[in-house]
Amino acid sequence: MPGAPLTSPAGPVDVEGSRDRWRRVLLADPLALAGLAIIGTLVVAAILGPLIAPYPEQGQGSTNVPERMLPPSALHLLGTDQLGRDVLSRIIIGARPAFGVAILVVGLAILIGVPLGAIAGYRRGRIDAVIMRATDLTLAFPPLLLAMAIVAALGPGLEHAALALAIAWWPWYTRLARASAISLRERPFIEAARSIGLADSRIIFGHIVPNSISPIIVQATIDVGTVILAAGSLAFIGLGARAPEADWGLMVAEGRTVILDQWWIPTFPGLAIFIVVLGFNLVGDALRDLLDPRGGR
Amino acid sequence: MTRFVARRLAGSLLVLLGVSVITFALARVIPSNAAAMYIGPKARPDDIARVTHQLGLDQPLPVQYLTYLRDVLRGDWGTSIGTKRPVLDEILGRLPATLELIAVAMLIAIPLGILLGVLSARWRGRAPDLLVRIASIVGVSMPAFWLALLLQIVFFRQLDLLPLTGRLDADLRFTAPIHEVTGFFLVDSVLGGNFTAFGDALRHLVLPAVTLAAYPIGLIARMTRSSMLEVLAQDYIRTARAFGLRDRLVVYRLALRNALLPVLTVLGLTLAYTLIGTFFVEIVFNWPGLGTFTVRSLLNVDYPAVMGVTLFAASAYVLINLVVDLGQAWLDPRIRLA
Repeated sequence: MPGAPLTSPAGPVDVEGSRDRWRRVLLADPLALAGLAIIGTLVVAAILGPLIAPYPEQGQGSTNVPERMLPPSALHLLGTDQLGRDVLSRIIIGARPAFGVAILVVGLAILIGVPLGAIAGYRRGRIDAVIMRATDLTLAFPPLLLAMAIVAALGPGLEHAALALAIAWWPWYTRLARASAISLRERPFIEAARSIGLADSRIIFGHIVPNSISPIIVQATIDVGTVILAAGSLAFIGLGARAPEADWGLMVAEGRTVILDQWWIPTFPGLAIFIVVLGFNLVGDALRDLLDPRGGR
Repeated sequence: MTRFVARRLAGSLLVLLGVSVITFALARVIPSNAAAMYIGPKARPDDIARVTHQLGLDQPLPVQYLTYLRDVLRGDWGTSIGTKRPVLDEILGRLPATLELIAVAMLIAIPLGILLGVLSARWRGRAPDLLVRIASIVGVSMPAFWLALLLQIVFFRQLDLLPLTGRLDADLRFTAPIHEVTGFFLVDSVLGGNFTAFGDALRHLVLPAVTLAAYPIGLIARMTRSSMLEVLAQDYIRTARAFGLRDRLVVYRLALRNALLPVLTVLGLTLAYTLIGTFFVEIVFNWPGLGTFTVRSLLNVDYPAVMGVTLFAASAYVLINLVVDLGQAWLDPRIRLA
């Protein structure tokens, strides 16, 4: 969910200089390592999906009714669904939309949120107040509710779900960028830039934003998992991807009706969501501990 | 304190007003034809013309908004397209089922989460800590709707221990009907001395409540752990230990008490999560609460219902945040004096 403290920013921290420490900690922590492996697998499946899926055409929607609802076997490792499509293939093909939507949502949220936050934090005053009220208002809705209402207004579909999630997500990045900008604006190099007469826009986008990017990247990494979970939830209730798309949340919804007899049809796509989200959370957990000097293990 | 309360109250009212503007905009401004949306998919042109006038859609937007706000404040939240009943009645009628589910989930999540967090902090870096850390990450990574299905497979199909869906067995309505007072079946059945129904309601609650509790357990455990670690590093704890106080006394009496304050913040957030999480849980367990109603309304583009539920849930969220803020200020003078 957006806004959970699990994904909450740890504030601006200068992390550029400690890249070695990052690598050391991430690689020394078996849980973080497992998370990295999961993310790596997801990325590979998202890029190479159609090449590694055993039945790529079924993953993309073509049916095979004579072989419908077969339990897992050597031929179909995770069984087949009600239309005879290989569940494993559909899960592999589904990695691309899952990952793609998450990148799109987080990317959009950063594009909207970071400039607003940097402007608010650097300029302060009235514009800061206005921007902060807007973030407060967006965050006044419980997580996901605003996204659901927006999808309902726009009509279901993966693109609409992505847009809706981004609209609900940007304030987190605004807060993060604002906090960075506030601490950066007093630093000598910003004052120097100001004193040689650089325009505010040059200072904000040329100096403030680039220097506050590290905590934003960390937050984005964590958010990708959370967005996959959110998009899966929207798809599950019918507000995301639509048939015959190979979308994990949608696959769980489609298999729900046969859960008691053909348990594998909804179980494995749901497992895919769980494992991927787990992977991002494991890495995120380690990154957060690095950023938060108090919470070290 | 009075000034703090007044300031926070005013702030919350402003946010609520903003929430109503956004809800209004979602329903009236974004859709290309709000009247058609309002009637539903089977709108005929003359219906659209009539509703356009009825809803005042032919009037300027600010006028429309003020009319909407006036109606909402009067308790007229429109009529659901799906059920043909007033939206507010639908919401309030289904609220007890949802609140009962949330309450039981929180009764599981709060003590368990705090306990796990304390154990984790006390055995920092050791096996229990690692186990709790894994468990809490698993808890927050698990899609609720999927966990619900898994529990159904295991406890209904494989073990045949617990019911699949619903709030009560259907035949109980005839054999041991519950006399509804509060709408909370656990409370009502006890009030009526109807222990058959109590047992049945409880059995129906187990799986949805456990599903709903998974995420909060993870969150609370994490928050308790980090808060405990911070407190345990304080000087007064070291002093207490130096005086030879027993470990158990130090951890549970001295440290826990002070570590619980930050946990309160996360409780508000957790409650907000469960408010939405229950949508997905209710759908899977066919729970006759606010969640099933919301999801059905969203899918059927039942606009009056969607507006109503959005406004209701957002208001509840604002209220929860307000209560948490005030609770914190009451417990911690540093906040209210800041």
